[in-house]
Amino acid sequence: MSKISLIIEREYVSRVRKKSFIIMTFLGPLLIGGLLSLGVFLGMNDSSIYNVLVVDLTPEIAFDSTDSPKPMFVDQLKETSQVRFDYTTDGLTNAEFDSTEYTLMLVLREDIMTFPEAEMVFRKLPSMKARSYIKSQVERVIEDNKLILESIPKEKFDEINTDLNIITVDAEDGSTSFKQEQAFIGFGFAVLIYFFIFLYGVQVMRGVMEEKSNRIVEVIISSVKPFQLMMGKIVGVALVGLTQFLLWVILSGILFSVATSIFAPELANAGTMADQIQATEEVANEVSKDAMEQAAIGEMAELILFRVNWPLMIGMFIFYFLGGYLLYASLFAAVGAAVDNETDTQQFMMPITIPLVFGFIVSEFALTNPEGSMVFWFSQFPLTSPIVMMVRGAMGFDSGSIWELILSMTLLIAGFVFCVWLAGKIYRVGILMYGKKVSYKELAKWLKY
Amino acid sequence: MAILEAQNITKTYSNHVALSDVSISVPKGSIFGLLGPNGAGKTSLIRIINQITAPDEGRIAFDGKDLKPDHVQDIGYLPEERGLYKKMKVGEQAVYLARLKGMSKSEATKKLKEWFKRFEIEDWWHKKVEELSKGMAQKVQFITTVLHEPKLLILDEPFSGFDPINANLIKEELLRLRDEGATIMLSTHNMGSVEEICSHIALINNAKVVLEGSVKEVRNKFKEGVYDLVFSGNMLSFTNALWTNFELIHHHETEDKLRSARIKLTEGATVNDLLKTVIQVAEVHSLNEVIPSMNDIFIKIVQQKEESDE
Repeated sequence: MSKISLIIEREYVSRVRKKSFIIMTFLGPLLIGGLLSLGVFLGMNDSSIYNVLVVDLTPEIAFDSTDSPKPMFVDQLKETSQVRFDYTTDGLTNAEFDSTEYTLMLVLREDIMTFPEAEMVFRKLPSMKARSYIKSQVERVIEDNKLILESIPKEKFDEINTDLNIITVDAEDGSTSFKQEQAFIGFGFAVLIYFFIFLYGVQVMRGVMEEKSNRIVEVIISSVKPFQLMMGKIVGVALVGLTQFLLWVILSGILFSVATSIFAPELANAGTMADQIQATEEVANEVSKDAMEQAAIGEMAELILFRVNWPLMIGMFIFYFLGGYLLYASLFAAVGAAVDNETDTQQFMMPITIPLVFGFIVSEFALTNPEGSMVFWFSQFPLTSPIVMMVRGAMGFDSGSIWELILSMTLLIAGFVFCVWLAGKIYRVGILMYGKKVSYKELAKWLKY
Repeated sequence: MAILEAQNITKTYSNHVALSDVSISVPKGSIFGLLGPNGAGKTSLIRIINQITAPDEGRIAFDGKDLKPDHVQDIGYLPEERGLYKKMKVGEQAVYLARLKGMSKSEATKKLKEWFKRFEIEDWWHKKVEELSKGMAQKVQFITTVLHEPKLLILDEPFSGFDPINANLIKEELLRLRDEGATIMLSTHNMGSVEEICSHIALINNAKVVLEGSVKEVRNKFKEGVYDLVFSGNMLSFTNALWTNFELIHHHETEDKLRSARIKLTEGATVNDLLKTVIQVAEVHSLNEVIPSMNDIFIKIVQQKEESDE
């Protein structure tokens, strides 16, 4: 056993020391998390000042005799420190607007009461936050005017105005359902597994081919069994993958907490999860006065923090990544052993790539119907289960459905034991074959050697 | 006593027989040459001895015991297809290969430093293998093969691809290792080196052992009663004198105006008969028996076999 650990050590150390590994480790979370959260926070924390020229084309109306008649919106839009309004009743062409100092031109058409549509001309695209603020202000003025026209008191309207919140409930366990959203989280993991299997499976194949073309393989298998060499390589590369994943989790965590403490201190200071949700909602409140958006952000936080069973997901991720990886990596190793150079790999790569890509496609379908029968079958089939099961697993299991997980895991273990056995047979013969273009028929013969 | 004994080894691949009932015995302390044309089965036999593949039938005994996985520590193997990890540093890689053979890290490092010093390559330790020339890499490969002081050293075509200087260095090292008690088994096409260093040989042709024994025995066995005679005198009377019992194969004049003749004794004739005959007609300067070279024997046997096959 000490020999296989020597091989694992070499495979691991030689890869982890590579510059590309170190770069990927730091770049990965920076690219994914950093860009994403930076984008979100920048969007939220837009600090530019908007000087809006409101072109009010609505007719001049006086609501009571003491007032002089004036257009509907003049002086009605509330200003903030970031958004200022100036009013005019004369239309400007876009070119004329372009020569003014204003950042935005909001054109409110004459019949806006019946056709609620407005044109916003920009020199610099306004942020989501600015747009939704301006939208909410115009809506408020229109609503107020309509209320006056219909002689409905404002208080009455607020009472009538309803914001329905639909809560979907699972008939089986009575839990509040976030199935669709949960499936998305599962899909995220599925994508990760898909990429990891490809990335590290191909690394195993390259490693095997390198040993074969360097002609070092025969020296090594005079000291260790071919199977030990193959497994040592596969396990070594798997550890590299897990290291990378772990470093990504840790680095993303650090990145996230640094980012939140800079951009949203309330979130970072909140201790408990409940506090965090509240804090998130507060942030949402600040960001947008829109009730829908508030609710969406609150729900998202609840989903991420409560609905997703993180220990299960992480546990499943590790199991299915390792199981799926072992299965595919051993097949990749067999391909590497069977060929002399990279161009010959194509014909053998196909049958390995197809189920992997297919699993990916099925898991995309699973997003819309995570509990369908297609998802069930492919979450059991060992070649696709590592990817599909992640989407299914995000739904959670109860005592009535846990057998699905257990069966799928058992099948995966059986699958990789079989694949490793098969690959070992091909590997053992292949690594000592030079200068021969191998066919499937030839491979079948090797199984009998 | 034999350090390695292969008994009735048979190995068949799906489409051809690689070894058929092969038995060889490698005496302890010998340099054993495994000869044979390409595709005869030498590498198959070597791989079976190294436990890379298993024989279909037959048994291998190492030092009197059945060959076991642990025996890899007592065997050093330099395959015909040999190489190193290109991206690894020389020292690191040599230590890794030694540890795979069961040496400890510190022991391997210490021994390697000694070998590197002997080969005057100490400053290669931190170089990457891809920076080495082919000849340099071969030296490193040789060191990693012998580092763990194996009782049996197996070299498949050790001289192919070596330049004459390195080949000579390896030859000297092999002789030194033999003197220190190691047994060496090598497969080669280079018959010159067989005569130079091998004490025993086995010739494999078409999956079978066709000749085995000490080099001396084998060469004596193939003696054909041919002698080189150097003399001075009249060529015509010399030829006439040989008429009855001898066959003059060829003759020529040497640089110092003497004549050299290659003569084969025919049935019943002895060297004394030859001397008696020629003394009457010429002055004998020297008489030497012609012992066939390994090269001649090799070609003779392989061709005989081909003819009998036809």
